[in-house]
Parts: sequence; C-alpha cells; structure tokens
Amino acid sequence: MNFNLTMEAQLVHKKSTEASTEHLSGSEAVVKCLLAEGVDTLYGYPGGAIMPVYDELYKYQGKLNHVLTRHEQGATHSAQGYARISGKVGVCIATSGPGATNLITGIADAQIDSTPMVCITGQVGSHLLGSDAFQETDIIGISTPVTKWNYQITKASEIPEVFAKAFYIAKSGRPGPVLIDITKDAQFEMFDFEYKKCTKVRSYKPVPNTEYDSIEKAALLINQAQKPLVVWGQGVILSEAEEQLKAVIEKAGIPSAWTILGASAIPTEHPLNVGMVGMHGNYAPNKLTNECDVLIAIGMRFDDRVTGNLETYAKQAKVIHFEIDPAEVDKNVKTNVAVLGDAKRSLEKLLPLLEQKSHLEWLNQFEKLYQIEYNKVIANDLHPTKKGLTMGEVLKEINTQTKGQAAIVSDVGQHQMIACRYANFNVTKSNITSGGLGTMGFALPAAIGAKMAAPQRDVVAIIGDGGYQMTIQELGTIFQTGVAVKIVVLNNDFLGMVRQWQQLFFDKRYASTELVNPDFITIAKGYHIEAKRVTKREELATSVKEMMDHDGAFFLEVCVEKEGNVFPMIPTGASVSDIRLE
Amino acid sequence: MKEQLYTLSIYTENNVGLLNRISAIFQRRKINIESINSSISEIEGITRWSIVVEVSEEQIRKIIGQIEKQVEVIRAYYHTDEETIYQESCLFKIKSDLLFEDRQIQNIIKESNARIVTVNREFFVLEKSGRKSEVELLYRELKSFGIMQFVRSGRIAVTKEELKISTLLKAVTA
Repeated sequence: MNFNLTMEAQLVHKKSTEASTEHLSGSEAVVKCLLAEGVDTLYGYPGGAIMPVYDELYKYQGKLNHVLTRHEQGATHSAQGYARISGKVGVCIATSGPGATNLITGIADAQIDSTPMVCITGQVGSHLLGSDAFQETDIIGISTPVTKWNYQITKASEIPEVFAKAFYIAKSGRPGPVLIDITKDAQFEMFDFEYKKCTKVRSYKPVPNTEYDSIEKAALLINQAQKPLVVWGQGVILSEAEEQLKAVIEKAGIPSAWTILGASAIPTEHPLNVGMVGMHGNYAPNKLTNECDVLIAIGMRFDDRVTGNLETYAKQAKVIHFEIDPAEVDKNVKTNVAVLGDAKRSLEKLLPLLEQKSHLEWLNQFEKLYQIEYNKVIANDLHPTKKGLTMGEVLKEINTQTKGQAAIVSDVGQHQMIACRYANFNVTKSNITSGGLGTMGFALPAAIGAKMAAPQRDVVAIIGDGGYQMTIQELGTIFQTGVAVKIVVLNNDFLGMVRQWQQLFFDKRYASTELVNPDFITIAKGYHIEAKRVTKREELATSVKEMMDHDGAFFLEVCVEKEGNVFPMIPTGASVSDIRLE
Repeated sequence: MKEQLYTLSIYTENNVGLLNRISAIFQRRKINIESINSSISEIEGITRWSIVVEVSEEQIRKIIGQIEKQVEVIRAYYHTDEETIYQESCLFKIKSDLLFEDRQIQNIIKESNARIVTVNREFFVLEKSGRKSEVELLYRELKSFGIMQFVRSGRIAVTKEELKISTLLKAVTA
C-alpha cells in the first residue's frame, strides 16, 4: 500500500465540474479562494508583507468587503462576532511581525470558545525566513498552541489546497481558528490556479462515530431519572441543535440550564429554562446540580467556572455527556455514559427513545430557589429602590425596548455577568461574549462583526468602562463603515469585577482598580457617533429608546453605582452548593 | 495517582511544525519529556514518534486525547514498559591507549555486548544498545577510565500487541 504524502493526497476532493485553470498571482489566488468559500467580509489591517493581497482586495472591492479595523486585535474580534452570530467562518488578515502577533489574543479567544476563524498573515520573503528580517516573526511557532491548525505557505501553488483545508478544518467538528502565513514571494508568484473544496483530511476525524448503544444507555438513565437536569453549552448552538434540544427536554420534562456560551439556544422564558450555571449563574441550577440524580451535559466542557470544586460537583448524579470532542470526555468530570458525536444527530436519535414525562415536583424545587434568588438578588438588581442605577435595570430596559430580539455582545467583567443573567434571548446565536478566555476589549469589535453579519438585527454591545478602553479605537471603524451598532457602557469608574474580589477576598484593598475616566461622550462625538449619558433613573427608559430608535450607531453611557456587586457567586474553589447570595 | 513511565507511540503526517505542536501539549502541563524520537514507520510516508514521560495514568489518558485531537495526528497510543519491547542506543568515545593497555576495559566491552564501531590512534568508539539500565551500567564501569564523549539516544519501542494503524489508515483513505 502506497500512501502518497503530497498535499493533494491529503485532500480528497469532491468532483467539481466547474474547476478550470487560470494563470494568477498568489495574492489574487488568495482572494479567489475566499470568494470560492463564500466569504463576503473580512477584517484586517495592511502592512508591508501583505501588500500584494491588499492590492488584489482593492481590485475585488465590489465582491469582497474588507473592513479596516484600527488594530489587528479588533480584526480578530470582529471576525469572531461575525462567526458567532452567523455560524459562518470569520476571516481576518494582517501583515507580518506586529500585525501577526496582534492577532494572538483573538485567536486564543476563538480557540477556547470554539469559534471558526481563518486568519491570514503576510510573511517576509522566503529567502529571508530566519534572518531576523524587518517585521519577521515566527507566527507559526507563536500561534501553534492557540490554533486548531496552521500552515506557512512559501509557494503560490500551495494556496488553493491550503485555503480549502483551512476553511474545512476551521468549520468542521469542534470549530476553531486556523492561521495561514504566506510569504511575500508566494503572493507575487504566478501559477495555474484551480480551486476545489476540501471535504476530507485523512489524519483528521471531525465528528467521532456515535455508538447507538450509548444513546440507548442515555435514554434508559433519563427514563429512570426522578430528578434529571440538563446543562447545555455552545455545542448545541454550533451544531444547530436548538430544536432537537427543545424537543428532548419538553418530551422528558427536564429542567435545563445553560453555560454562558450556551445562552440563547432556548428562549429565556421557556418554562423548562432554569437559568445559567456557574460562578455567577442562577441559584437554583447551581444548588440543584448537587441534588439531581442524572446530569445530562450537552455540548459543554465542564469548565472550572461552571463546576466550582470538582471534588464536590454532582457526585450523587449519574453523568451523561453528549460531546463532539473525545478529549473532553472524562477530562474534568467522570461520565457514566458518553455519547460521542454531533449533538443534533445524537439528540434526534435520543428523542424517540424517551418517555413522555413531567417532573413537576422537581421543577418546583427550581421555582422555590428562584424565589429565594429573586428576593435576595434579582429584585434589587432589576427594580432597585436605592438611588444609584444598577446594571441590571439597564438590561431590563434593553429587554423591554428590543423585545428580547437583539443580539447582546458583552465584554468581560461584572456587566458581562449581568448581561448574561438578565438579557432576554428569544433568538439563538444572540449571546456573543468572551467566555473561556475572558478577553476584555472583545465586545466593541465583536459587535461590529456581528452587526455586519446580521444587518437586519439589533446588535447591542454591553461594555464596562475598563474593557471599553482596551479597544476604544474601533469607534473609528464604526465611524468609517457606518455600522449601526448600539454601544452601552456601564460606567462605574472601576474595574468592577476585580474590585468586587478585592472587597470580598482582599479586605477592600482596591489595588489599581479605580479608573479616572475620560469624557466618553466627547470621545464618541469625536468619531461623529451620536452619544448620550444617563445619570438618573428617570432618564434611562427614554435614553435606551432613543438609542434603539436611532438610525445609525449610538453610544450610551450609563453611570451606574460605583460599588455594586454581582451575586449569586460561587467563590473560587468552593462547591456549587456553597453559592452565595450576598 | 501514581506516576510511572509511559511510552507513547504516535503516528502522524510528516509535516513541519508538528514537533512544536506535540511538545507544546507537554510544556503547557509542565511535564518534562524524558526522551523523544521521530522516525519513519512501517507505513510509507507516515512518521512514528516515540515519547517517554513520567506521569499518572489519568494524565497520560488526557494527553493522548489532546494529541489525537491535532489535525495531523493519525493515532496516538500509550504503553507501559511491560507492554513494549524497547531499546536505547549510546556511543562512548574513549582514548585508544586504554584499549591496548588496560585488560580490564577489554573485559568490560566483552561482557557488556558492546560493539567497537571504529578505532584509530587517538580514540575508539563503542556502541551499546539495550535498556536504559544496561547502558547506565556500562557508563558507570567506563567512567573511571575517562570518557571523552558520551551520547545516548531516546527510547524506541515496539508493542507486543498489534497496533491496527494500517487498517485504520486504509479505512480513512478509502
């Protein structure tokens, strides 16, 4: 048996009838590849080593929209926002050296949050590789631990196969970021271009086989359960299994909670939606994780922010794990039944095996605990009687104005937890936030990408005053493109989450968390973006309405109470049972 | 959990950068690689890696999962010493005078089953293959005579059980 190892052999091509050869430069081929993959928008920043590709983007500007961000990090987050709201592959492009290294935060974010993304970087000429040439950096080496796959192209002839492979790998199975580095000489080189989509890579199995036996075992456990609990994650959204999940939980009557990235897969108001799990999640699903008899995890990975102390996490429960990535099974929590494969297909097969049930008494326990949380926390967050504005009431107002139809793009910190806790989601793929990496500065550029991918939808960015200033320059992108994002900065003049921890665990030593902020209104206006500041409760409703009614981009600063805290809270290392309400 | 030596056999494509990708999986968990070897395998065009690490079984299972997740990795296995036949190889460079003048060193060479690779006026080179303990024993015995240079290869290992890698590859390329 002869295994030929050329690039061609790694790709098993679909027969393409329209494949024809054209004599092109490498850089034009890059653009042709993107068009062949259905890319309509890409985000980036030009520079020396990527200029040939930019020259082609100039020629193809009617067909391919390049968005000039103000920093390469912004380009990655925009591509992520684009990908998260649409399910399509986000694309960003940068030059070599600093352009490439500036992508790393976004790539790491996409890796840990399983976001399909293709990043293209220019590289110095191949004869200069390793010579410490101007703007040379080993981006393949640097990006390796945070990419699903990466490849350096030094010959134009490699471009079609590598791009086809990149898009296939980024999107298939558990999605992730892929980086393609292209030397400048390969961009100039002429070759015979022919594009074929990639449908298979022999060393890569994107979706593991599902053993029907495991689905039967799962069904048996669920049918026998008295107190089943579903915890779903982003896997449901990535495999577009929302309807299947809904059918399963409705048939088996299972209370269902979500991880931060799973939010919006099932509407907030669904009677079986019992809220968010994790550090700042809801009281009931956290507490009752340690009382359920069968825990059904679907497309989630038992992150430490979800589980708290693993030694005391759901020890009483039988655990069923629906998972596409075999490496996640038994990684953090030992499972009794692992159902490998795509969530949508697995849930489809599970549904007919389930008995019709309603666990009313069990569901009632969630309701009781919700009431406790409501009285202790939610009432004060949403209907405060004290003077200072709360973050929660801003979210409530946004819910009212958008009727829960908006996509909410949040940054990282207190406002993020509040946004995820209180936003009303009636549409899937609507919670766009940096979950795994916790990247401050994510929201503003991500909102740009989200709005461009779904221009018909309202996209509201909820950002803290700290994170806002990490990528504030993207206001320039908003101004230049006219993208109609709504920007809400919840300003407490603090790095609020760190301050909260300092208050609770470091005896109120507020080390470097107080911010002396600029006049955000003046800054927004400097970019010719409509802007308004709210300091009083009476102004809130009309201001949010004004923002949503406004035709273009709008900046709304809400000055909230300075030292508000986010509760409930599971302190680091504590058990989910020890969730605190104050 | 008890830590012990595990040998990993990893079948991969032969691509630039894969060493970095695999070693990063260990580095990220602060696991020291005891030895690493990359070579051709029984299948044309497929690279076989032999990596030795000292970890717990739980760790090695998770690491295998992370390695197999890499796009260019075809399959990864882990084995205990009992499950494999393994060898290391080493070279000693020693002054030639000793070989001719010292009877004892001749006996050591004979008893150790080491092989003289080359001899010239100044030095001779001794090659020894075997398990780590055998190599180390010879090292200790020769040390008192003065070793000009010493080098030892990483472990290479084959398993007693069949690895169904060819069948697997046929299935994916079909």
